[in-house]
Amino acid sequence: MTAEAVLDARGIGKRFPGVVALSEVDLTLPPGEVHALVGENGAGKSTLIKVLTGVYAPDSGELSYRGSPVRFSRPLDAQEAGISTVYQEINLVPLMSVASNLFLGREPRNRFGLLDFRAMNTAAAKLLESYGVHVDVTRPLRTLGAGVRQMVAVARAAASHARVVILDEPTSSLEPREVDTLFEIINRVRAEGAAVLYVSHRLDELYRICDTVTVLRDGRKVHNGPLKELSRLQLVALMLGRDLEQIQREGTTKFDSAPAEALETPVLAARGLTSQHRLHGVDVTVRPGEIVGLGGLLGAGRSETVRAIAGSLPVDSGAVTVAGKPVRSGSVAAAMRAGVVMLPEDRKSDGVLPDLSVRENIVLAALPRLSAGGLVSRRRQDAIVDTFMKRLRIKASSPDQKVGELSGGNQQKVLLARLLCREPKVLLLDEPTRGIDVGAKAEVQALVGELAAEGLGVVLISSEFEEVVEGSDSIVVLREGRVVAELRGADVTEQKLIAALADGGGHG
Amino acid sequence: MTAVTEKTAVVAADKGMTKREWIAGLVQRRGSLVVLALIVIVSTVAFDSFATVDNARNIAMQSSFLAIVALGMTFVIISGGIDLSVGSVYALGGVLAALGIQWGSLTGILLPLVVCGGIGMLNGALVAYGRLAPFIVTLATLLGARGLLLAITDEGSNTRVMPRDALLTQLGQGTLLGVGYPVWIAVVLFAVGAVMLQRTRFGHSVLAIGGSVEAARLMGLPVARRTMWLYTGSGLLAGLAGALAAAYSASGVTIVGVGFELDAIAAVVIGGTLLTGGAGTVGGTLAGVLLLMVIQNVINQIGTLSSHYQSVVSGAFLAAVVAIQAYLSRAHLGRERGT
Repeated sequence: MTAEAVLDARGIGKRFPGVVALSEVDLTLPPGEVHALVGENGAGKSTLIKVLTGVYAPDSGELSYRGSPVRFSRPLDAQEAGISTVYQEINLVPLMSVASNLFLGREPRNRFGLLDFRAMNTAAAKLLESYGVHVDVTRPLRTLGAGVRQMVAVARAAASHARVVILDEPTSSLEPREVDTLFEIINRVRAEGAAVLYVSHRLDELYRICDTVTVLRDGRKVHNGPLKELSRLQLVALMLGRDLEQIQREGTTKFDSAPAEALETPVLAARGLTSQHRLHGVDVTVRPGEIVGLGGLLGAGRSETVRAIAGSLPVDSGAVTVAGKPVRSGSVAAAMRAGVVMLPEDRKSDGVLPDLSVRENIVLAALPRLSAGGLVSRRRQDAIVDTFMKRLRIKASSPDQKVGELSGGNQQKVLLARLLCREPKVLLLDEPTRGIDVGAKAEVQALVGELAAEGLGVVLISSEFEEVVEGSDSIVVLREGRVVAELRGADVTEQKLIAALADGGGHG
Repeated sequence: MTAVTEKTAVVAADKGMTKREWIAGLVQRRGSLVVLALIVIVSTVAFDSFATVDNARNIAMQSSFLAIVALGMTFVIISGGIDLSVGSVYALGGVLAALGIQWGSLTGILLPLVVCGGIGMLNGALVAYGRLAPFIVTLATLLGARGLLLAITDEGSNTRVMPRDALLTQLGQGTLLGVGYPVWIAVVLFAVGAVMLQRTRFGHSVLAIGGSVEAARLMGLPVARRTMWLYTGSGLLAGLAGALAAAYSASGVTIVGVGFELDAIAAVVIGGTLLTGGAGTVGGTLAGVLLLMVIQNVINQIGTLSSHYQSVVSGAFLAAVVAIQAYLSRAHLGRERGT
């Protein structure tokens, strides 16, 4: 490891209005090494990559490339210097051919300076074949599957004789055998002496392919060193910022203990939910009055699970029953009729209508039930609005106040009220307390508890582990789209949750 | 170098294009040509005066000016932009040619090219570096160029006549092998344009920018520089077309070119270029221009029909083409979701 670093970042800082995205981050990439970059949502991984590749200019710190200081002012500069990036969302041109996508910007030309398509297609086919991808390179990229598109993106990066290859979540849309092919490519790139920066949440993959690791948390570097020296538990603890000692004291638990529950009919039973690349046979059972938390790291399939239950994520197989009755999958309307309502993750874009009044926002969903012959009874509206404003303790000057003027917590309550108007049986909450202040948070949490006590089944997602642990009666732990553990009763503790995330036991 | 083993060697399970996609693609690329051929055949049978050398020459000459403007527009639209200023710039080019010719033919042609190219470059700079919406930027220069035009012609009250014997006037009126010079110029420009779009890195990057500007940027293509040149080219071509049209009629008329940008956009879209960018051909645009002009000619041939119906028919074509495009892109989307 004495070789001079290909890319060396020192004390990188980057702030956006209101947020410090990166602060004093160091990153060193020696040649011939695969370096893992890990961290939870918002840790600053994407920002760091964008700084390294010239998309963002850092506010502070120094970047040196092959021994001399550099300043990339745009992606082209970084690319010409030899830093290739495969971004998380595949950045290729869908309407153009596979070969064009591979060679855009450095197409072979004939002696008249015109593009030599024959040479380009031959070279493209040869290149992809050497990676084990057999595909007609003249086909428009959009006609190919996500896996092939991802391989084309990787091949493009690897083929440009890059000194540094950055891969951001490269396996998120790959089949297992495609992952094998990808790893062969990475090994080849490494053997050629390039440095690879590998970003992924999949611990198995990190341990398979990476030599060293940098852990980011809240925009800061919290660890750097060889990956082999870290246990999975240590790695997860670092990512989440939890005390390792404490976790270890708890020891490992058997997660297969599923104590016999009351024989009551579950209000929600999801069985074997499967959706390509995202969910692999997820089971969730919620009894009346129970709050079931979904645990997992980013990308584990928590949001996908609730979306599949709510009918907004198409599933390949699996069944959902509500109070014993089967619900047609893939239909939001059917799920709603059956009594399943969801509080979406993004309140602003998927939820409240800020320019409408509290009353209008609440009764929106209930309008069909409140109307007679197309006319809506104002008195019945007022009655419902009044009930919910009192019950959920919504603080507004009047039902006519615009929702946009309310605090985040009260907006969230308005949304809850809207869902509750439908008299649901199951409430799916995706990050219900994100972006609201501490006091309001406690109130929303208390409210969820009260609703469950009234017999509602609740599924809760939160990226804050305390919230899941405190709020839930049991926790279904997900990893890479599979249920890896179920915590019940006394096992519902933060330590056991984290241990389950790191260890996870055998795959379903 | 490890040889890739058999088990990993089957990444791309081949899914051939469906027949529907194939037909849809053909309609997209060649539809305007087929319709054009049909109309020409029907008109030849129906009207004695249609398939004559004079009429063909007439259509070709009328098409050449719109074609030159539409060529620049094709590149701009393929890149995902739009240039609304070309109608005004076209008129300005004509007036500047008539103004400049008093100092000689060279000034007569250079003045419109420099000014119109400059307006195009201003559009391009604002879109590429100012990151402003092309629709708004070029709407502003549409108004600005029209205003400039009125200012230099005293609100259009003086129409400058170009001397018949000047070289520039001859460029508009003279013929080679019985075909007017503007037609030859348009043909040459289209040939160059086709090669540029299909066979150069420049054209390839324009397709990439229109296909996904974010991808093009992250792939390291010089997006801003390319974008600026596209609008500059569009302004240049509009100015050239205006100068040629003025030379053809031997006068710089201020009232021309109103709504011309819409004709150009219509021709480009009818020619199969996606209004959302990323795909299109120069040849398609030529077919689109001819289609519009032939429709106009046929309506004139019918005689009893008001010439206003020309717009109705053109509009119907445009609507049909856009509907087909929307249908196609939905087919694409469905496919992407399916994979």
